[in-house]
Amino acid sequence: MTITEKILARESGAKIVTPGDNIWVNAGILLTHDVCGPGTIGIFKREFGAAAKVFDPEKIVILPDHYIFTADEKAHRNVDTLRAFVKEQGLPYFYDPGTESYCGVCHVALPELGHVRPGETIFGTDSHTCTHGALGAFSTGIGNTDAGFILGAGKLLVKVPQTMRFVLDGEIPAWLSAKDLILHIIGDIGVDGATYCAMEFAGSAIAGLSIDERCTICNMAVEAGAKNGIIAPDQKALDYVNARTKKPYEPVYGDAAAKVASERVYDVSKLEPVVARPHLPDNKALARACRDVKVDQVYIGSCTGGKLDDFIMAAKVLKGRQVAIRTLIVPSTRTVERGLDETRIDGQSLRQIFEVAGVEPIAPPTCAARLGGPIDTFGRTHGNEVVVSTTNRNFIGRMGSKDSQIYLASPYTAAATAVTGHITDPRDL
Amino acid sequence: MPKDTMIRGPVYVLGDNIDTDLLIPACYLNLVPTIPEEYRKLGSYALAGLPDTFPKFACNADGTTPYPIVIGGRNFGCGSSREHAPIALGAAGAKAVVAESYARIFFRNSVATGEVFPLESEQRLCEVFKTGDEAEVDIAKNTIMRLSDNKVYALKPVGAVAPVISAGGMFAYAREIGMIQP
Ligand code: SF4
Repeated sequence: MTITEKILARESGAKIVTPGDNIWVNAGILLTHDVCGPGTIGIFKREFGAAAKVFDPEKIVILPDHYIFTADEKAHRNVDTLRAFVKEQGLPYFYDPGTESYCGVCHVALPELGHVRPGETIFGTDSHTCTHGALGAFSTGIGNTDAGFILGAGKLLVKVPQTMRFVLDGEIPAWLSAKDLILHIIGDIGVDGATYCAMEFAGSAIAGLSIDERCTICNMAVEAGAKNGIIAPDQKALDYVNARTKKPYEPVYGDAAAKVASERVYDVSKLEPVVARPHLPDNKALARACRDVKVDQVYIGSCTGGKLDDFIMAAKVLKGRQVAIRTLIVPSTRTVERGLDETRIDGQSLRQIFEVAGVEPIAPPTCAARLGGPIDTFGRTHGNEVVVSTTNRNFIGRMGSKDSQIYLASPYTAAATAVTGHITDPRDL
Repeated sequence: MPKDTMIRGPVYVLGDNIDTDLLIPACYLNLVPTIPEEYRKLGSYALAGLPDTFPKFACNADGTTPYPIVIGGRNFGCGSSREHAPIALGAAGAKAVVAESYARIFFRNSVATGEVFPLESEQRLCEVFKTGDEAEVDIAKNTIMRLSDNKVYALKPVGAVAPVISAGGMFAYAREIGMIQP
């Protein structure tokens, strides 16, 4: 069995599972946020009764992150709904936006807080829940109804996915990042190329990636339609987890001879920086082939491209340079925000590097512009701007305005583009 | 799940990769589907993310749609996990989507909520039908027929999730098999 099959087998109590089986799987963690939490709670109460108790308070994590810095009344009411539920149920893991415990983007905060453990299952009411496979968990996005079901029952009916394996070997060239790797893969297989499948990433290039960078790869598995992305946990992953949680866990590894639906091998040393052109993540083009595209705004943030490593990459490009266009820097979490001050390149903090380069005032940690959102959301597009973004989707209307054109890129390429005002391969600076 | 297995009325035709932002733009996600008034509002914003060149979907005076059947191409419902997407369609009064293929979470949410039937066509129908064509979906027979010329097109059998669909959604199914208390 593959790692995905083995985790599902263990959590369903079966010895063996086969792709296509529909099985009841125990939930290790249920993650929800301010957009889907209130609806999930509504379904839980409707179906299990007003006095019902959740299946296990230790296994529920609520991280409001979407519509936080807005005057929108309903958005505030929704966070109040979460607060009341947390109090009523005595839930220990609620990171309240009104308090010190507020974190920011849920998919960056969840592993930071030690809630992601190898070999466990994570269900989240957000499609990018697939991020957490980066630490060897089975992690997938679900809707409110399924989440409401888990709240009461602690398990969910899951179809065992087939596994598509991606072996990334070789040394990663300078100015190429994990974002380029996953944009290459999605460009090759298409936005529905992995529908219903598990995308498993392996190879020496993956082993060389930081945990932040592995998260970028698994985060975008859903952009190819996958149910989950997953990377077997090596020592680096175990060290990361052990530094953040005392809870026991048991990592799971796939069998070397496990059957997979397909295997693709990449030599990453031959890959070049790419962008995904509007309006789909699989609309791949070499960054250097898009030089003619004039850009109005650069956005570096979100659960895909707003982690500390993303800002280190951007700072490497922006150090000693000036941005030519509006450039937004949005740290994904408070921890990442602190990292902007604590991480230095040649004595200068990342924040100083960005400020000297002339970026917009650095925003507080949230999902912000990535999702569009209420009309006053930071960085929301309103006209026909061309945006280069380190986020994960470039659908029509994704950042607010229906007319804006979004190009997805790595932090290196986004920062290089900020310097020149047109799409720029970072190697050409 | 809508109990009637015959669905009749004009179709609304879309193409490939209809994503959840087109189905329900993020600025309406502050609406909570379990609150009846906000459920109806979500319906009135169904497909509000489409470019203005498309006819309005929920164009009835009361915010519902005259189109009970939505026809799409490949990868229908890709993007976010928002259950608001099938809910908006269902709340607007749509009963079925007929697409060539689905993004996993949209399909799953449609089945789990019972808001719309997610049906797969054998053939690419988004180039065969035009918005406004009168059609009839027969879920028992796995067919969709265009009423102007009585031409019948095959749909794929629902497969493994059939028991969940016929039970009427995730909760009804789990009760039926004794997984949760009635
Ligand atoms: S940054 Fe975007 S994808 Fe990530 S959690 Fe926020 S809204 Fe979801």
